[in-house]
Amino acid sequence: MRKPLTIRILSALDKKSWIALGIFLALALVVIPVLHLNFPEDSALHVSTYAITLIGKIMCYALVAVAMDLIWGYGGILSLGHGLFFALGGYAFGMYLMRQIGRDGSYGADLPDFMVFLDWKELPWFWVGSDSFGWVAFLVMAVPAVVAFVFGYFAFRSRIKGVYFSIITQALTYAAMLLFFRNETGFGGNNGFTDFKRVLGYSITSSETRLVLFGLTAITLAATLVFAAWLVKSKFGRVLTAIRDAESRIMFIGYNPLWYKLTIWVISAVLCGIAGALYVPQVGIINPSEMSPANSIEIAIWVAVGGRGTLIGPIIGAFVVNLAKSWFTVSFPEYWLFFLGLLFIVVTLMLPQGLVGLWKKLMAKKGDAAC
Amino acid sequence: MLNTVNIFEDDRPEGSDGADQMGHFVTGELDLSHGVALYLEDITVSFDGFKALNNLNLEINAGELRCIIGPNGAGKTTMMDVITGKTRPDSGKAFFGQSIDLTRLTEPEIAHVGIGRKFQTPTIFEQHTVFENLELAMKTDKRVWKSLMAWLAGDERDKIAETLRLIRLDGEADRQAGLLSHGQKQWLEIGMLLMQEPKLLLLDEPVAGMTDDETMRTAELFVSLAGKHSLVVVEHDMAFVEKLGGLVTVLHEGSVLAEGDLATVQNDQRVIEVYLGR
Amino acid sequence: MKKTLIALLLSLGSLSAQAALDPAQVRPLAAEDSSDKVAAIRQLTQTADPDAVRVLKAMAEDSLFLAGDKVVIIDGDKAFDGATGEAIKMPANPESPTVNNRIRGELASALAALKLFDADVSVRLASAQKLQSQVTPEMAPLLARALEKESDAQIKALLVLAHAQANLANTDPAARLAAVKALAETSSPTIKSVLLPLTNKAGEPDDKVRYEAIAAVKAIDSRLAIAENVGRAFSGLSLGSILLLGALGLAITYGVMGIINMAHGELLMVGAYATYGMQTLFRAYFPNAIDWYLPAAIPVAFFAAALVGVVMERTVIRWLYGRTLETLLATWGLSLVLIQSARVLFGAQNVEVSNPSWMSGGIEVMPNLILPWNRIIIVGFAMFVLFLVWVLMNKTRLGMFVRAVTQNRPMAGCVGVPTSRIDTMAFALGAGIAGLGGVALSQISNVGPDMGQGYIVDSFMVVVVGGVGQLAGAVWAALGLGIFSKLLEGWVGAVIAKISILVCIIIFIQKRPQGIFALKGRFVE
Repeated sequence: MRKPLTIRILSALDKKSWIALGIFLALALVVIPVLHLNFPEDSALHVSTYAITLIGKIMCYALVAVAMDLIWGYGGILSLGHGLFFALGGYAFGMYLMRQIGRDGSYGADLPDFMVFLDWKELPWFWVGSDSFGWVAFLVMAVPAVVAFVFGYFAFRSRIKGVYFSIITQALTYAAMLLFFRNETGFGGNNGFTDFKRVLGYSITSSETRLVLFGLTAITLAATLVFAAWLVKSKFGRVLTAIRDAESRIMFIGYNPLWYKLTIWVISAVLCGIAGALYVPQVGIINPSEMSPANSIEIAIWVAVGGRGTLIGPIIGAFVVNLAKSWFTVSFPEYWLFFLGLLFIVVTLMLPQGLVGLWKKLMAKKGDAAC
Repeated sequence: MLNTVNIFEDDRPEGSDGADQMGHFVTGELDLSHGVALYLEDITVSFDGFKALNNLNLEINAGELRCIIGPNGAGKTTMMDVITGKTRPDSGKAFFGQSIDLTRLTEPEIAHVGIGRKFQTPTIFEQHTVFENLELAMKTDKRVWKSLMAWLAGDERDKIAETLRLIRLDGEADRQAGLLSHGQKQWLEIGMLLMQEPKLLLLDEPVAGMTDDETMRTAELFVSLAGKHSLVVVEHDMAFVEKLGGLVTVLHEGSVLAEGDLATVQNDQRVIEVYLGR
Repeated sequence: MKKTLIALLLSLGSLSAQAALDPAQVRPLAAEDSSDKVAAIRQLTQTADPDAVRVLKAMAEDSLFLAGDKVVIIDGDKAFDGATGEAIKMPANPESPTVNNRIRGELASALAALKLFDADVSVRLASAQKLQSQVTPEMAPLLARALEKESDAQIKALLVLAHAQANLANTDPAARLAAVKALAETSSPTIKSVLLPLTNKAGEPDDKVRYEAIAAVKAIDSRLAIAENVGRAFSGLSLGSILLLGALGLAITYGVMGIINMAHGELLMVGAYATYGMQTLFRAYFPNAIDWYLPAAIPVAFFAAALVGVVMERTVIRWLYGRTLETLLATWGLSLVLIQSARVLFGAQNVEVSNPSWMSGGIEVMPNLILPWNRIIIVGFAMFVLFLVWVLMNKTRLGMFVRAVTQNRPMAGCVGVPTSRIDTMAFALGAGIAGLGGVALSQISNVGPDMGQGYIVDSFMVVVVGGVGQLAGAVWAALGLGIFSKLLEGWVGAVIAKISILVCIIIFIQKRPQGIFALKGRFVE
């Protein structure tokens, strides 16, 4: 007996969550665009371009946080290299955006500016097809997937676990960062890609394009949430948490943890790649510093702050930490690292379940008091 | 009540979950034609010069219930590790049936060909409910894609309910497994083993921490399983061993010291020396 | 060789017979044309006459004048004849010849060459050494004469080389062949570049000489390559020593205690800033003993880092034992706090820490291989710290306690080991050793708030490759990784080398997840 997929997907979230998701989408797709376009800038109801870019950016981060939570919260595998997959997706889409500049670059050449600067005469082989949106959209998912698959296959097959795995992923993203810093690698070296003009022929700075990108990000985030909810509620999700809790038992009852870990690892990487691709046109730049170990480890703190092993937690965490970051870096730039550092310490010491766990505890207390 | 065990016999048509569906588990069929379920020959395992197993020879017949006893460090757990693929022997042969070479398979593959193992300390999924523990253990296609698409069918629910009754946890189905008592955890692990429908069960001290009553019921269960399954029980509790009947093998310093029924073994001079010291 | 020298001596016969200088030779020194002056200087140099030294020196000091048709030297209110050196009457209207930069250069090398005839051995040696890189074909007769007079073996060897170099332009193929053969024995890049023109037909018409030159260049190349590789291996060794100092602390905190300390690199930074602090202190209060700031910084850095370590352990790490992933995140947070504190206290810019004078310079092993003292000292220092740690862990009560606690915490507690104090002390020890690493690091690289970040990945790689819980493993892994990466760097460049090393480690861990020196047994999961 098999249930139709639609029913299964519907049952992934409860009624309340579906309503919340609907409200979120209505806000992102209708309310914010209306407030942005229909109210003058001096109006109290106006939503500024800055706010839209900021929220759009944080939604991309939230997507990464959900991806991280799938592998860490549910799979028990802490990756310190997720920034790599994010950046790979970003670079893949950045190639397309660079080609869309066309002859409007400062050298007015067919090749992207940095290649002219390096005195290259033609596109390197891996840039072939980068002017096609379809091919690049495929690369955005395929490149992180292939890198994650190859790395994950060897790591999980040798049963590398825990901190070892974390440190090796950190080394991986570090190595990739060094590679992308080189000019000869063919991705713009230090400066990466920037100065984009168009996407699919539309001006990248126009309000309409921004709102479409914003809405796309919101839809992707919502779809990812539903997908992730379905994933963790499926038997696959139960096997995954079982691997996290007692890997040897799961092997002796006949599951091969390698393929389970690899599947969630690749899914997580692909989600990061998509997030990176949505991030680049909104923020307008991608460079190798996205792959720095510090960036990747920051992803972990978003998840930890929100509460790992829950799906809403990482989204809350990504928003709280990044809003705090934009406020600090404007108001008290010298204290941001102190705050972030203390956040790492306080969350791990006092809030192992994150804000969601804290909320649940408070609710339970309230419930007890009411009884 | 113990008669209900026969629900675990495969009543589906042959081949419905055979090797073709097992995909990456290239294992071959279990061949019991010569009546031997497990065959270990000259198995040697050493850790940094210490020989945990030293030319161990052991043969378990199909449907047999065998008890393994021996003092600490005799190599009982290492033997189980070798059979289940956790440890590779330095030398020797390990065959399941006539054709399946255990030394070449991984742990999940060995589970798939029909060997189930219960650990010395109960190992269950503490964050999952009792029901989910049994569901995860249930004999089915355990590859990723099938798990993603899995949806419990009615007969599968019945099977889980049946096992819950058998291990007397039917009232605890939705309880988190980590909250069970030690004895209940032991039973849950036995229940998971049964859900796997293995041909050969390896049970490492299954009644440790159980009450006398629970111990006796466990013994009854095991006796009823014998015949259709082969069982290898490692145990220190002699009353339990006596209750199980069947042959007893004594391990000492990594090899077989004596073999026979319990009375014979208990009167063996060498066994007495090993247990009592010279 | 001997034959050539004799031939050269004969050709010099006319010159060496003269006692004073020939005025006709001196006169062109004040010629109008620069080229004439150069020719004159070179000719005078070849006489190797003390008088030539006198004249050329005067010219270099701008006291050479032309009076009528005579070259005179005017020193204050006295005048001398240029050729003979006799005092003469002060001439009227002496003209000063133009001495431009080209002439000055020529004069300098001429005077240097003439120092080969100085009475003082050390002056001659210095001159011979200096000459090696500026030999011109015209010096051949001069060098031959110097060689003839020379008695010191070391100087003689140098002169033979210089002479051979000068002889490469000799018109006699036999002389050239002998010169090439003599030069083939050397291992200096300059000589190689001198020989290179002779390896093609345009530069060397004689086949025999050319083949000899090709063979000589090959021989020099292979010796140069050896020296280069030895040099790389040595800088690898010193990099390995730095890695070792970073990894030794980790081998205790992570390897033995199981604590992932992502702030370990920042403990290195604390040590480096402590060194900077001591330097500042010495500059302000003991400027005469400034060279001693470094030894004084060693204990200060150790205790500063250890103190930070104690605070870290007591406030954060203590609550996270057994939860390695959480420890990782919390200590990362600590590292951010430490980095920012350094920025606030010392500024975001790198600070300047200079080597004490006894650490500058180096030992010249081969002409193109100089081992700098600071690196030699760091290798020695790392060995010393290694020895200290070994003694501490294996021969002291603290070490015994640490090993006991890590092997069986409850049992150690039962027999009266104060486990929590041991944890703190062991962690402080690991931190202190990182501080010592910081002292070493301050001597060879920049000291700044971010300096620790670059070493944390490397340090962990060392521990991972070496195997957890193994001091010996950490040592071999650190030295191996250091040397391997430096050799690779010479071959493919720094970035690719770094990437390949990381990739190699990732592959290595596939094969041996427990590291090189793994414990094998049923207790290891």
